Amino acid sequence: MEITPDQAIYWQWGFVKLNATLVGTWIVMGVLVLGAAMLTRTLASDGSLARGQNLLEAVVSLLLEQIRDVSGQRPEPVLPFVGTLFLFIFTANLLSIVPGFTPPTSSLSTTAALALAVFVAVPVFGIRRHGFRGYLAHYAQPSLFILPFTVMGELTRTLALALRLFGNMMSGTVAAALLLSLAPLFFPAIMQAFGLLIGTVQAYIFAVLATVYIASATRVHEEAAGSSDLKERNLG
Amino acid sequence: MAELGGLHWIGIVSIIMAGVAVSVGSIAPALAEGRAVAQALASIAQQPDEANSISRTLFIGLAVVESSGIYCFVIAIVLIFANPFWNALLAGVGS
Repeated sequence: MEITPDQAIYWQWGFVKLNATLVGTWIVMGVLVLGAAMLTRTLASDGSLARGQNLLEAVVSLLLEQIRDVSGQRPEPVLPFVGTLFLFIFTANLLSIVPGFTPPTSSLSTTAALALAVFVAVPVFGIRRHGFRGYLAHYAQPSLFILPFTVMGELTRTLALALRLFGNMMSGTVAAALLLSLAPLFFPAIMQAFGLLIGTVQAYIFAVLATVYIASATRVHEEAAGSSDLKERNLG
Repeated sequence: MAELGGLHWIGIVSIIMAGVAVSVGSIAPALAEGRAVAQALASIAQQPDEANSISRTLFIGLAVVESSGIYCFVIAIVLIFANPFWNALLAGVGS
């Protein structure tokens, strides 16, 4: 039995392999990009809105509201990154009910890549906000002894982020496959419905945790300085 | 046939330990999540206005708590389906 879609290889040429993870990722990307392109072709700002525009505006305003609630900061800077993460994982997990489609999020490669994106994005947002020195200073914030722990925490939370999504999605796939051989008639449908719930919750949690990490990187300095934005900018 | 005996034992021990990992590893997260949910319900009962932010924080906390159980599950799955020792022994016997 295959526990990861990396092992299902459709096409191979030398060391170039085309496995189910790649194909699944491309399908999800295609669905998102084509859907967004089709829905945004008829944008209007007056009177009657198209149904697609209503949907997109509802999604974007929901994301903005959630990010503002979670981070307590202006949501616009992080919206592109966190929103992309959420929509990608959400679409991938929802498409898992399509027969024959294994969600790319049930492969450790995909989740590790997403977690690495968060790992890189946190210092990028932090440096953009506080400058290079200001961001590096917050690693040794209360005292220098804390430095190894903050670095360690940064690494382990990336690992946890990758493993959490992978474990949840993979357990859904494996449990569905096992049940299919055990009780093929009725139970797989229930498990699939349950898998939809888990997929939605995991997409939400991944996005929220990314927001929390980014918010903690962009906030710490502000509280330490204990001053307003304007003053801080003048000092820097 | 000595290798075959070893092969058997690796399989037996792996399966038993996979079960032990999942069963022991699910105790603590279950207790912790139960406590968290009970506390959150009590808080919501006291302050229904804050239900939104309480339940959002609860969800994040549950996901973080649950990940230790998920690690155990991943270890168990690796032991059963992708056991490195088993694969090494199979390769050794095959060659």
